[in-house]
Amino acid sequence: MIRFLLARLGEVVGVMLAVSFLVYLVLEHDAASVAVKVIGQYSTEGQRALWLSENGYDAPFLVRYVTWLGRFVTGDWGSSTHFREQVTVLLPQHLARTGILAGTAFAIIVPVAFLFGIVAGVREGSWADRVVSFIAVATTSIPEFASAVFLSAIFVFWLGILPGASTMTSGFEWQQLVLPCLVIVLYDFGYVARMVRAAMADVMAQPYIRTALMKGASPARIVLRHALRNALVAPITVIMLQIPWLISGVLVTEVFFAYKGFGTLLYQACLNSDVALIEACAMTSVFVIVSTQLISDVLYTLLNPRIRFGLRRGEA
Amino acid sequence: MIRALLRALRRPGPAVGFAMVLLWVACALFAGWLAPYDPLKSQVPLQFPLDRAPDGGHFWLGTDLLGRDILSRLIHGARTVVLWASLAAASAYAVGIAGGLAAGFYRGPVDRVLSFFANTVLSFPVLVLYILIIVTIGASGLNIVLAVTFASAPAIFRIVRALAIDIASRDFVAAAITQGENALRIMVVDILPNASAPLIVDACLRLGYIAITIGTLGFLGLGLPPPTPDWGGMVNEGRGMAMVFPHLVVFPCIAISSLMLGLSLLADGLNEAARAGSRA
Repeated sequence: MIRFLLARLGEVVGVMLAVSFLVYLVLEHDAASVAVKVIGQYSTEGQRALWLSENGYDAPFLVRYVTWLGRFVTGDWGSSTHFREQVTVLLPQHLARTGILAGTAFAIIVPVAFLFGIVAGVREGSWADRVVSFIAVATTSIPEFASAVFLSAIFVFWLGILPGASTMTSGFEWQQLVLPCLVIVLYDFGYVARMVRAAMADVMAQPYIRTALMKGASPARIVLRHALRNALVAPITVIMLQIPWLISGVLVTEVFFAYKGFGTLLYQACLNSDVALIEACAMTSVFVIVSTQLISDVLYTLLNPRIRFGLRRGEA
Repeated sequence: MIRALLRALRRPGPAVGFAMVLLWVACALFAGWLAPYDPLKSQVPLQFPLDRAPDGGHFWLGTDLLGRDILSRLIHGARTVVLWASLAAASAYAVGIAGGLAAGFYRGPVDRVLSFFANTVLSFPVLVLYILIIVTIGASGLNIVLAVTFASAPAIFRIVRALAIDIASRDFVAAAITQGENALRIMVVDILPNASAPLIVDACLRLGYIAITIGTLGFLGLGLPPPTPDWGGMVNEGRGMAMVFPHLVVFPCIAISSLMLGLSLLADGLNEAARAGSRA
């Protein structure tokens, strides 16, 4: 187990390093344009040259990268030119707001998806299965910005019972969280439900379920005691791997509802060429994904004792 | 594969999906004939659906802020999305398949380098990657193709690699190697055709996701530059006035959702047909 963990950890560090190099290469390979982005379009040649030499941009690219990486690792993430604030101050605030949004959505997605998936998977091919499968396909087919439009049209324009923007300018209001949450839930629960359904259908086809049925166990007991436990292993890891999708979806939803979270922060950083902020946001999002993958791997091995720890999975 | 398609179309879900996709492809092909007006021509601004047009006809879905007919823009927008999404998908598949075949067939260092690169790209949230690339290289059709290739090829690479590893271990590949066939021929003639069924199902879904991506980029203002009729871009332009004129944004959203739903239903049907075929 320890060896497996260490090997995975090594991979994660390698990927993070590669990502940081890629991000730095894309954003800062051209020192002159960085100067323009940081001190503005209307700066003079002299000002830019001065800024470049002051901030160590005269050094060769690789030296700059290593210096930047060193600062980044030690927590010096620079300051945002657009928001005029330290990145290390901005990022936690916005991440917390996104955490509230995504956490609430996740807390709804998981039980709903499991309920739907179990109902559908218990009897493959039944009408309940067909209805659930269709709903799952249909909801995952509607892009977030489209379902945001549809839901706003119904609840804001037509019924007028919910606010159309979630700026939270006058403190936290739960009403402003309803629509963004709904959009995320709608887009994401279908996939998880289909995974649960597939796992459930697989287990229900096993001989030991038939045995339980023949010995006279009640259907509820069969589902809850015999099937569910074995059906849960795959979906739990799938849910962890769902988080990258969740991040993308949250980004669009936040921008649509003007919710001041991580997604809006990244989006505005990109639109305003806010180099330090983009770097920090990109690294943070990658870190979140890589660590969820790591957790999902560990969970998978913990939940399924048949997996040999020394063996690598096909898709490590 | 055509047999699998025909078998899939016998069920209502996939048949409806196929019809929806066909409808939009027809719109894309015959946009010039089907659209009632020029999608770029400015007429009467902000007309509601069914309002009369100055030439005696109707604006079936209303007009936008610049007075352009929304129905015509939707029909021409189908051309934009079908064209660029297929180009992007084709390019991503070309790169992903080439890499996947090479990694799965040769293994060793080739596989390790390519896999590491794929893992690196795949550890970004997709949308973050798209936004980073588009903001860096600028928004244009060709750059969208580039961005999609960069972001989707690694996922395709993984699928092809896994399939290729499996197929390369079969006897007929060993026979081909013994016969002295060259590596390229083995990969393209012996391995690739045997991997095609899952790839076609994947392509169907991925095409939809790429269409959604193009729409989402348009919505974020990073899509095809105006005045190109683009569904996501239409939502972005109309968003500010959606509270008073919801038709500006609702119809483009219906368009993109129906295209994606069609592709998903079709992919679902193909998947099931392929599984049933392999069982029989």
